[in-house]
Amino acid sequence: MRDTFIEVLTQAAVADTDIMLLTADLGFGVLDKFQEQLPKQFLNVGVAEQNMTGVAAGLTMIGKQVFTYSIANFPTLRCLEQLRNDVCYHDCNVKVVAIGGGFSYGALGMSHHATEDLAILRTLPITVFAPCSYFEVIEGTKALIHTPGPAYLRLDKAVAGDEGKAPFELGKARELRAGGDLTFICTGSITQEALTASEQLEKQGISCRVLSMHTIKPIDTDAIIRAASETGGIISVEEHTIYGGLGAAIAQVCLTHNCPPRFFHQIGLVDGFSSVVGSQPYLRNYYKMDAQALINAATVQMRQHN
Amino acid sequence: MNTSDIAHKIRLHVVNMTSTGKSSHVGSALSITDIMAVLYGKVLNVTPETTNNPERDRFILSKGHAGAAVYAALAETGFISTHTLKQHYQDGSILSGHVSHKGVPGVELSTGSLGHGLSVAAGICYGAKLDNNPLKSYVLLSDGECDEGSNWEAILFAAHHKLDNLVAIVDYNKIQSLASVCDTLNLEPFADKWEAFGWQVSQVDGHDHDALLSALKTHTADMPHCIIAHTIKGKGVSFMENEVLWHYRSPQGKEFTAAIEELEGQTNA
Repeated sequence: MRDTFIEVLTQAAVADTDIMLLTADLGFGVLDKFQEQLPKQFLNVGVAEQNMTGVAAGLTMIGKQVFTYSIANFPTLRCLEQLRNDVCYHDCNVKVVAIGGGFSYGALGMSHHATEDLAILRTLPITVFAPCSYFEVIEGTKALIHTPGPAYLRLDKAVAGDEGKAPFELGKARELRAGGDLTFICTGSITQEALTASEQLEKQGISCRVLSMHTIKPIDTDAIIRAASETGGIISVEEHTIYGGLGAAIAQVCLTHNCPPRFFHQIGLVDGFSSVVGSQPYLRNYYKMDAQALINAATVQMRQHN
Repeated sequence: MNTSDIAHKIRLHVVNMTSTGKSSHVGSALSITDIMAVLYGKVLNVTPETTNNPERDRFILSKGHAGAAVYAALAETGFISTHTLKQHYQDGSILSGHVSHKGVPGVELSTGSLGHGLSVAAGICYGAKLDNNPLKSYVLLSDGECDEGSNWEAILFAAHHKLDNLVAIVDYNKIQSLASVCDTLNLEPFADKWEAFGWQVSQVDGHDHDALLSALKTHTADMPHCIIAHTIKGKGVSFMENEVLWHYRSPQGKEFTAAIEELEGQTNA
């Protein structure tokens, strides 16, 4: 995803010299092309995310659009107050980009797992975007560039299969698979687990809708209400804690709009942190977030609620 | 209007505002009053008519708790009305205790949490250099604020990028929230630290307008400039001077009357 993102950003920055890319000393081999092509628009601030975020806010105050780039929690939680006070309160045109969503950097350990970012950033007045596929990275990056104000872009190492048949609009869920018995509402590349699970469930006679909820904020209320009313059951799928993220947002929408689904189940990290070493697929399996876990959850829910 | 008059009026406003609002930080605001008067009276290239001009100078109060002094300076130099100051700290007001830019012309950055202003100013200055924009940014920090590590990230950054359009002024009154700076987290040798990080450093009496003006006009090519302003917390009201109590205490009753009488007496002197 990161290479695709940089490619789109580089193209846009060639055309618009006010676009800048700031990194906190990460992106080895990834940002070189941007740096070589647009040296005046590139800045490595060193290992200093608080300063990076403040500098980014300042740059926007004289007309720049700034992308800050780092891994996992470094450009978000490490400098959360700079995001809150400097970027958000001043409505700065800063786009925060974190690579390594969820367990992308699984084997690197807990410090590099981004499993609370969506929940925390969702409380700020900021667009929160977590694409599942190359198509969504391309379309979403373009859309964010043309959407003034703060945004968070969460990129994964893995990607979901997505030919881009469903149209893209920031803030609108994309239906990747039609179905009538339940809906998997997903964000990020873990959407692939729902697509894989849905194929298997179809063979068992369970027809699943799969929505890619790439924009967590503002969330697509209509798509959630339709999922609740048309398919009855909702299973949220996120490589993230179950507290405060996508699943919580869905529950909030369902209750405030008086459309509780027949059943609701959350797939995600139940609590705490992972101290287990493993790749992204390994940890998805270990924490019951992979396709098999989704099949099991869907089967149980359908049995209990039919 | 000369800067002594501006400073005098700011002091009176600050005591009135913190009394009416029953708010804290009167000592912190009195500490920076002379710096504010010189900046707004003689240094900053910004007027009420040019608050949106891209080439205006930027002033950022990083020690946002002394916001009353900024609002008062803006009122005395025509950015907002002096009548507005009566709304400081009141329900429904735009003048919060910690300085806020929302609806207040002339305020560039809302602060309150310490350690934010210098990075934002560094970003403005870095971008200005890219665009050949002649602006300068002036950031006023407190001494206690220099405990925040984020400042030192910005201090490294500004020197590395040769931001000679950036001026940091430290209000070095040597008293922080609960006790003296040297007893809390010693900053000394303070000037040496800034110099070691690659800054041009000036040390002045932060209540001497000529010395402040001279330092503020100093420019060294390719180096950011730090002015360590030696100040007195609570300056101008004798019973507040150098007293940690007045970081939080609000002037009320007889103390308020005594403070105003002393300040008014200074006009007649």
